[in-house]
Amino acid sequence: MSETTTSTKHVSFLEYQGKYKGILGWILSTDHKRVGLLYLYTMLVFFSLAAILGLLMKLQLIAPGYTIMGPQTYNAMFTVHGIIMIFIIVVPGLPAVFGNFFLPIMIGAKDVAFPKLNLASWWIYIIGILVVLSSQFIGGWPDTGWTFYAPYSFRTPANVLPALFGAFILGFSSILTGINFVVTIHRMRAPGMTWFKMPLFPWTLYATAWIQILATPVIGITLLLTVMERVLGVGIFDPALGGDPILYQHLFWIYSHPAVYIMILPGMGAISEILPVFSRKRIYGYKAIVLSSLAIAFVGYFVWGHHMFTSGMSGRALYAFSFLTFIVAIPSAIKVFNWVSTMYKGSLNLQTPFYWATSFIFVFMIGGLTGLVLGSLATNVHVHDTHFVVAHFHFIVFGGTGYAFMAALHYWFPKMFGRMYDATWANTGWVVFFAGFLTLYLPMFALGLQGMPRRYYDYLPEFHGGNIISSLGAILMIAGALIIIVNLVRSSRHGVKVSDKNPWGGKTLEWETDTPPTLENWDEIPTVSESPYEYK
Amino acid sequence: MILGASTFVEGVDNAFIFILAIAFFFLITITGTMIFFIWRYNKKRNPQPTQIKDSVSLEITWTVIPLILVLGMFYYGYVGWIPMKKPPEEGIVVTANARMWSFNFRYENGRISDKLYVPKDTAIIVNLNALDVLHSFYIPAFRLKEDMVPGLANNRTWFEATKTGTYTIFCAEYCGLQHSYMISEVVVMEPDDFWAWYDDPDAMVMEIPDDANLALLGRQIVERNGCIACHSLDGRTLVGPTFAGRFGETITVITGGQQREIVYDEEYVKRSIYDPDYDITEGFRPGQMLSYQDEITEDEIDLIIEFLKSLNE
Repeated sequence: MSETTTSTKHVSFLEYQGKYKGILGWILSTDHKRVGLLYLYTMLVFFSLAAILGLLMKLQLIAPGYTIMGPQTYNAMFTVHGIIMIFIIVVPGLPAVFGNFFLPIMIGAKDVAFPKLNLASWWIYIIGILVVLSSQFIGGWPDTGWTFYAPYSFRTPANVLPALFGAFILGFSSILTGINFVVTIHRMRAPGMTWFKMPLFPWTLYATAWIQILATPVIGITLLLTVMERVLGVGIFDPALGGDPILYQHLFWIYSHPAVYIMILPGMGAISEILPVFSRKRIYGYKAIVLSSLAIAFVGYFVWGHHMFTSGMSGRALYAFSFLTFIVAIPSAIKVFNWVSTMYKGSLNLQTPFYWATSFIFVFMIGGLTGLVLGSLATNVHVHDTHFVVAHFHFIVFGGTGYAFMAALHYWFPKMFGRMYDATWANTGWVVFFAGFLTLYLPMFALGLQGMPRRYYDYLPEFHGGNIISSLGAILMIAGALIIIVNLVRSSRHGVKVSDKNPWGGKTLEWETDTPPTLENWDEIPTVSESPYEYK
Repeated sequence: MILGASTFVEGVDNAFIFILAIAFFFLITITGTMIFFIWRYNKKRNPQPTQIKDSVSLEITWTVIPLILVLGMFYYGYVGWIPMKKPPEEGIVVTANARMWSFNFRYENGRISDKLYVPKDTAIIVNLNALDVLHSFYIPAFRLKEDMVPGLANNRTWFEATKTGTYTIFCAEYCGLQHSYMISEVVVMEPDDFWAWYDDPDAMVMEIPDDANLALLGRQIVERNGCIACHSLDGRTLVGPTFAGRFGETITVITGGQQREIVYDEEYVKRSIYDPDYDITEGFRPGQMLSYQDEITEDEIDLIIEFLKSLNE
């Protein structure tokens, strides 16, 4: 808890003057809301950078052969694009921004359990970013892909060890945030808020936090083994030393597959908050959504092998992994059914967050259903390592997590900044982005079925048609993203001030605090007596 | 997608059809339902929401039905895949060698080819061998893919082609700079044609008639070994130095960390093929090329030299 007394009544956390002034008042603040915004701004910067790299890649692919860059530049771009988007944007993602900002408020607490540790997590995150990115440029352009597969990655002299070290540092940030959230949720819920009266976003943060704590240390193990190999010459991954490159893939995916659930679960939680509010209805199947989140978190540990169906692993292991992959699809299906049912007989308030939430369900379904193609053994063999996979994970990670992030941002924006964005521009941005997104990624499924491998700088003429459409979609999507970002950034400073502390008519606790919230959120800790989302 | 080119296609495509049919059904139904709800229950048309109680039986229903469907998908996927894992006892054995960034195929009689020639309706057992980093042997028309892992013993796959024609082989596992150019072809022939090719005595080289075009033979060796993926024939700089207009020139190389000037002669060419990291041409990175000691004979190097000389003209 912060030491400050309550003389700060009704001063917004944005204006509150603590020990430090100006920028120091932000980067040294232990206020969970300021920490959340620090993550938001950091991600905005790096997302823009990586999105531009993505656009340049698509422009290169608009025609076969050299278009705007050579192969070394292209390979560097998809590597850096992947590393930034995965490790810096979507893994911290919603928990770091909206979890930090809203978890304490939604459970009626004044801050997270360990505010100083929380600030430390952000600092570790910044250090991790610097290490990961600088490592990529030691010894020339990076060109390993974000998966750093051995032994190719070991042939580039100075690359893998520092990159893994950076991922390890970022992992620590993730672990510490996870521990903070688990303790906060266990110990700091408002009086009367039993587990099953807790809103669904905190529930998904809880499931996510356990994955962060339990899966992330595997990076540490991988790092340690790599150090043993590189420094002591013990053959572990590199076949030149007698090591096994498939072992590297196992360790990589034992972390990176659960990490996919770290990315998507909080997004599912945000959607579960938004749909009842804009439907004026109780969420349908509250307990089913909670239990399915926990099931995803648990089963998600045991499916990593589906990234390796063609790797040369034993056949028996493969069908076990395929089977479990199908099992983990079920909880996601349950969620979709419950979300759609929530809209049934509601009174739907068609606003920007609702558009993002429903389009989330649409793109998430495409991502999930094409995931079934990848989970099945026979079909996986054909489309593995092709554009089909690229399309699939962009539908899940960008479509799923990205759309949920945008939904959450448009939903909580008035609470965070005390100002409202321009709804017309927000809706326009959504339409352009959505159209661009589908034009960009849908043709990639067709290209993958045709057999176009991924990470391809150049391609045969038969793949040209799909690539033209896809590249044009990329331009449209970036235009949409630009409209959205400009609108939000502008509105955070100049938008219309929100007078109503509950503009959407939400039932969860965050709508009962001041807008924007004060330093410690509450004058008096609220008492909870009924379930969230009790619409009449 | 090319149909009917191998015995695997039917099983794999059945799995595709089963999964995609169910996927499209759910996608269209659920999206249609959402759009209907947005039209029917929007605030203007339906100002007063109706609260509905959770139903355990409904939750169970929409857990069990998808569960049954995905088990069906698992089954189809398994059935279409299991033949790929069961190579027959008898067949033509070919060893596929992958290196950055070319394939070559070695047959049991010693014949080496940069394309994979196979007879129709015969089991082909392919030993997968990677010399440097991970590659992946991918023939979309056959629905076949298996990674090529350096150091992994007994890594093999198989197929049986059912339609004559030429189909692309891709490397599907990212392997560096020229990954997207690591492409070969499988040529499916009538069995008689294949055996004629296989037993063609001229193909075994080395008995060179007096009037043979030595430079052309050298060019075939260069192409067969995939040299031109990295060494251009027109002066462009790729991964390694170009072959064009170099023979007989004085060049600057780094040898054991020391810069020195040498003549691009017969001896240099041979050393560069058998011990590529010994002299590194200035401006290029070491460690990019593996030795061809076991792949290219000294007689073949003589032909390559004739070819290099011809590029000066």
